[in-house]
Amino acid sequence: MVRTRYAPDRGLQARMGLTMFLLGLVFVAFVIALVFILAAFKVGAGAIIFFAVLLGGGLAFGSLFWSDKIALRASGAQEVSPEEAPKLHGIVDRLCALADMPKPRVAIAPADMPNAFATGRNSKNAVLCVTTGLMRRLDDKELEGVLAHEMSHVAHKDVVVMTVASFLGIVAGLLVRFAFYSELFGGGRRGGDNNNGGALPVLLVVLLVSAVVYAISFLLIRLLSRYRELAADRAGALLTGQPSALASALTKVSGAMSAIPTKDLREAQALNAFYFAPALKANTVTLSTIFSTHPSLDRRLQQLSEISEQLGR
Amino acid sequence: MGFLDTLLGRTKPVQPKLDALFSLPTAAVTVQAAMGFVPTGTGSVCFRPAEGRAFHDIEAEVRELLSMGENAAQIEVTSDSYGFTWLVCRHSSDDMEALVTDLHAVNLSLAEGGFGPQLLCTLVGFTDPRGRKLGIVYLYKRGTFYPFAPTTGERRDNALELEARGAIGSDLPIEADLSRWFPVWGAPGL
Repeated sequence: MVRTRYAPDRGLQARMGLTMFLLGLVFVAFVIALVFILAAFKVGAGAIIFFAVLLGGGLAFGSLFWSDKIALRASGAQEVSPEEAPKLHGIVDRLCALADMPKPRVAIAPADMPNAFATGRNSKNAVLCVTTGLMRRLDDKELEGVLAHEMSHVAHKDVVVMTVASFLGIVAGLLVRFAFYSELFGGGRRGGDNNNGGALPVLLVVLLVSAVVYAISFLLIRLLSRYRELAADRAGALLTGQPSALASALTKVSGAMSAIPTKDLREAQALNAFYFAPALKANTVTLSTIFSTHPSLDRRLQQLSEISEQLGR
Repeated sequence: MGFLDTLLGRTKPVQPKLDALFSLPTAAVTVQAAMGFVPTGTGSVCFRPAEGRAFHDIEAEVRELLSMGENAAQIEVTSDSYGFTWLVCRHSSDDMEALVTDLHAVNLSLAEGGFGPQLLCTLVGFTDPRGRKLGIVYLYKRGTFYPFAPTTGERRDNALELEARGAIGSDLPIEADLSRWFPVWGAPGL
């Protein structure tokens, strides 16, 4: 009787699952490698690893717990009430009712760069933020499409997923740094201190392994991020039933993005993972798609036209 | 959403709950007895049109369906500033049953065509001798109702809404989360 037009993209889900599995595999391999290194050299670089895990965990937890406040502070956004931005709140209200989601807080960032992001560790603490540049450039239908995309990020708990995924990279990155510095400072003292002699090769090996793990996990996290973007595009388009409006918003935002001065872009790059479209110069996008947090415009438009075709059938 | 849905980043569109609408006639009697508000005989279904021919065809079918028969309702289709479509049915004010049946027919057609997730809300209008307006809004995805009382401009009479909540609370499932009582400014039929 009740029909559903929802068709899951199993290919995308399989690729996403595989990416996460590989990340987990790298993590396990990393831990095993560290244990073996320490056992083989019979020395304690344990303190360094302990501190890297502790600090890495702390950083990940902190960025997760205060993600909404950090992102709002970094973008200079202000939370707005329904009286201040009735249209924006109206669109969010309706999307929440369609998706059966609790309403997130809504914020506006005073920036000419057309963009939007969603953050917060769960849907109760979620904040949706759009820039004034976005509201100026897009019409209501396109704005709704962008907001539906961001609400899908909230529904998919992408902030949590990406933070957990990044934890490995953070720890590996910290280990590289710690190992490097203790090499530097420990190296100076070695002449008069024979007890410390064994630590040099250990730290070198730890440095090497960590660097490799960091590089691999970095690429995997970027890949995962691109898949999560595609999933959010898909869910957002199905929520409004208007994939073409989202496609049109994407085209507009990407076009305006590459036309904006470089200084603005460099400031915004730290926030890229949160954004609707990445703040990069046009030529760097074509140069290095595997380093990108977002799929290419063509890939996103292609998926949306497939959904459009599916809805019209 | 389950753990696996989160992990794989998938959201299934939420299907509407349709049956709760049939408790509206009872609630209408209660509202009249307790608060002196009478039905205007107008009800509307609000949905987000999907792009493409399939949805367009179903929408045309629904209109045709409702305008058939002896005591067919007056149908009016309007589009609001958010891009949502309002299908308004007008009956005589004492025929709440017929109104609800019509509204249900709209819902069913959309749901059968696979567009159930596009349904946003249904609104039934009431008014009192002093000219105050009250709408009872049904949220399809939650299966709950809430009162909405617009006054002049974009203001709402919260006191009246809370009074209505008390009156109809035993007849209808009321939406407990007040942040979901969103205003439907300019809704046709109010």
